[in-house]
Amino acid sequence: MRIEVRSEKCVGCQVCIDSCPYTAIVMKDDKAFINEYCQFCRACVSVCPEGAIIEIAEEGDKVKPADISDYKGVWVFAEQRHGYIASVAFELLGVGRKLADARKTTLSAVLFGSSENEAKELVKWGADRVYFCGDAIFKDFNDEPCSELLSRLISEHKPEIVLAGATPIGRSFIPRVAAKLKTGLTADCTSLEIDAETGNLLQVRPAFGGNIMATILCPNNRPQIATVRPRVMKRGEYVSDRSGEIIKVESGNLLCRTKVVETVTEESSCKVNLQEAEVIVSGGRGLGDAKGFKLLEELAGLLDGTLGSSRAAVDEGWIAYSHQVGQTGKTVCPKIYIACGISGAVQHLVGMSSSDVIIAINKNQEAPIFNVATYGIVGDLYDVVPMMIKKLKEAKA
Amino acid sequence: MNIVVCIKQVPDTAEVRINPETNTLIREGVPSIINPYDTHAVEAALQIKDKTGAKVTVITMGPPQAEDALRETIAMGADDVRLISDRAFAGADTWATSYALYKAIDKIGFDIILCGKQAIDGDTAQVGPEVAEFLNIPHIAYVRKVEDVSDKSIRVQRLMDDGYDVVESSLPVLLTVVKEINIPRLPSLKGKMAAKKAVITKMDINAIGAEVENVGLKGSPTQVKNIFAPDAKVDRKVLSGTLEEQVDALVKELGVMKCV
Ligand SMILES: Cc1cc2nc3c(=O)[nH]c(=O)nc-3n(C[C@H](O)[C@H](O)[C@H](O)COP(=O)(O)OP(=O)(O)OC[C@H]3O[C@@H](n4cnc5c(N)ncnc54)[C@H](O)[C@@H]3O)c2cc1C
Ligand SMILES: Cc1cc2nc3c(=O)[nH]c(=O)nc-3n(C[C@H](O)[C@H](O)[C@H](O)COP(=O)(O)OP(=O)(O)OC[C@H]3O[C@@H](n4cnc5c(N)ncnc54)[C@H](O)[C@@H]3O)c2cc1C
Ligand code: SF4
Ligand code: SF4
Repeated sequence: MRIEVRSEKCVGCQVCIDSCPYTAIVMKDDKAFINEYCQFCRACVSVCPEGAIIEIAEEGDKVKPADISDYKGVWVFAEQRHGYIASVAFELLGVGRKLADARKTTLSAVLFGSSENEAKELVKWGADRVYFCGDAIFKDFNDEPCSELLSRLISEHKPEIVLAGATPIGRSFIPRVAAKLKTGLTADCTSLEIDAETGNLLQVRPAFGGNIMATILCPNNRPQIATVRPRVMKRGEYVSDRSGEIIKVESGNLLCRTKVVETVTEESSCKVNLQEAEVIVSGGRGLGDAKGFKLLEELAGLLDGTLGSSRAAVDEGWIAYSHQVGQTGKTVCPKIYIACGISGAVQHLVGMSSSDVIIAINKNQEAPIFNVATYGIVGDLYDVVPMMIKKLKEAKA
Repeated sequence: MNIVVCIKQVPDTAEVRINPETNTLIREGVPSIINPYDTHAVEAALQIKDKTGAKVTVITMGPPQAEDALRETIAMGADDVRLISDRAFAGADTWATSYALYKAIDKIGFDIILCGKQAIDGDTAQVGPEVAEFLNIPHIAYVRKVEDVSDKSIRVQRLMDDGYDVVESSLPVLLTVVKEINIPRLPSLKGKMAAKKAVITKMDINAIGAEVENVGLKGSPTQVKNIFAPDAKVDRKVLSGTLEEQVDALVKELGVMKCV
């Protein structure tokens, strides 16, 4: 395939030039021309008002599709740390159930290490079946045994979809599985759906530092593997008397050339516990100074919430980094997110836009945060927040 | 000891925006840079070289223009560079990228391979671990410190969600590094001269011995179907009246939502 400008259609308006992130479009004799920098990202195709930029199929483009008809079922890799299943596993079971229903198939979980009791929890969270291997080799996280055993199970049972958390663990070893099995892996997905027409998995993910979203397909290979961003998907439904099958797996001889000699837990990241909070009151540069967070703290206190912030407020030194929400901070998904004096840059939005209810308080009515807000109040936060505090206190009294 | 560092030339994504009305990218003269994580990988390699006298070879797969990125690393102190470039490599996803890098690295020879944690355009963080799998060597991702390195083994700190692990591995090994690992050095004057003079060795598909059906678009299981602006969903509810009336209504809603 190649992306090409049909020069007879090109009117030389140059609109396409700035649309290419790779600087691959240049003007030659008043016509656009695509050079070798092109990465086939297709960003330019829809931009051209003349429809002059097209995708051209080339000889040999067509890959022979592998035989994918035997692949059935949705799998979730349930990662554990220190014996406990990570909460992202329950989110994967939530979205996994939807995908399995859409494909009219079953949902299985895979658990390495931890205990059979934890495996049973996965059933209660929605798994029809759990492949469980309790071998001591999985006590600490090492990439090789995880990728080897998971690859082996996939080859044996042939699931059509495999999901894992986009965590330091999932993002580290799942690529080895994809490499070994020669199949596609989509990173850090924020939305997953089944294409009703083809049955393929539509995998949506942020790229370019969160500035754009891309839909990724893996049409000719199976399984379709994705890592999924934590805190974005809703958890599955917990049913304490749900029954399912636990299948014990032998580890066999697994190669492991790395060794964890020490595990150090650093407190700072857990103290704030933003990711568990039901209510988050966040402040941005609009607070003007560090004292603004005192006011927000009072509001958060009344709502049993905790404090969040934009990067700008952290950069100003008004609040610790552990409170930062967004691309380079935490991804949160509370019931209520209150953004005070935050403009709503995409890097902030990717960290909080899946909150159930978003309340934005900003004095600039053009601020992009209002685009994602359920409730927006245009006004000075130093008028609005004290008024809210007063009324909340009255309501409580 | 041979160290191979993989770098990628990327558009400076801090400058890339998307127009929400048209779903198209707006680039304001985005300059190409070395992927920021990769300069830390180069620095990590040079620090091991300073200690052990290892040879550092920097490679990149990309269009001919990616040569500029390689020259920058010579200026920092890299001993040798290779540009892996062929029309056939274009449009590669992480599988096909890793396959081509693996073929090239296998030809060059290695004890330690260094990659960045992720590239700031594709953002997948997959290429490092995939290369390790192809080479059948162990890898350690998210390395924030190299504690010790010898001819046979290495000990590093690996960043995790709740802290870090100290991990040992035998060599050969592949590491992907985070920014905390070091501060990349500036090019020296001598380095800049060397960079200017250097003849860049190119490796094409034949030189690396890759099979056509495994590289580029053809070798890629994933496809980018489309791109669009980050989502502006929502079921917006209007609050009206004076500021006080709006706040009143909001507090009532909060009450309905449970929290009061
Ligand atoms: C690679 C990269 C990663 C990033 N990661 C993150 C991240 O993780 N998290 C993050 O948040 N940002 C991140 N950013 C930064 C992001 O682009 C924005 O710069 C940042 O979010 C802006 O913070 P802000 O909204 O607080 O400040 P501003 O954009 O300056 O907005 C301040 C807002 O407050 C309003 N305001 C001012 N005074 C008042 C008042 N008295 N009452 C009410 N409203 C008022 C203004 O109208 C304005 O909308 C990242 C950027 C890059 C390039
Ligand atoms: C919008 C968009 C979304 C995409 N999503 C996916 C996806 O989900 N799955 C997928 O498989 N592909 C995806 N791709 C394709 C992918 O970006 C390319 O394969 C790219 O060549 C490598 O991936 P990356 O940029 O994510 O690198 P990463 O895996 O993030 O890079 C990690 C490290 O590998 C090394 N490295 C990476 N590329 C090179 C290179 N060319 N030369 C030398 N060293 C290198 C560097 O050390 C780098 O720091 C996507 C592409 C686009 C445009
Ligand atoms: S946008 Fe279309 S018409 Fe305009 S210069 Fe580009 S290719 Fe030509
Ligand atoms: S497809 Fe992407 S990389 Fe290629 S010319 Fe168009 S915008 Fe640039």
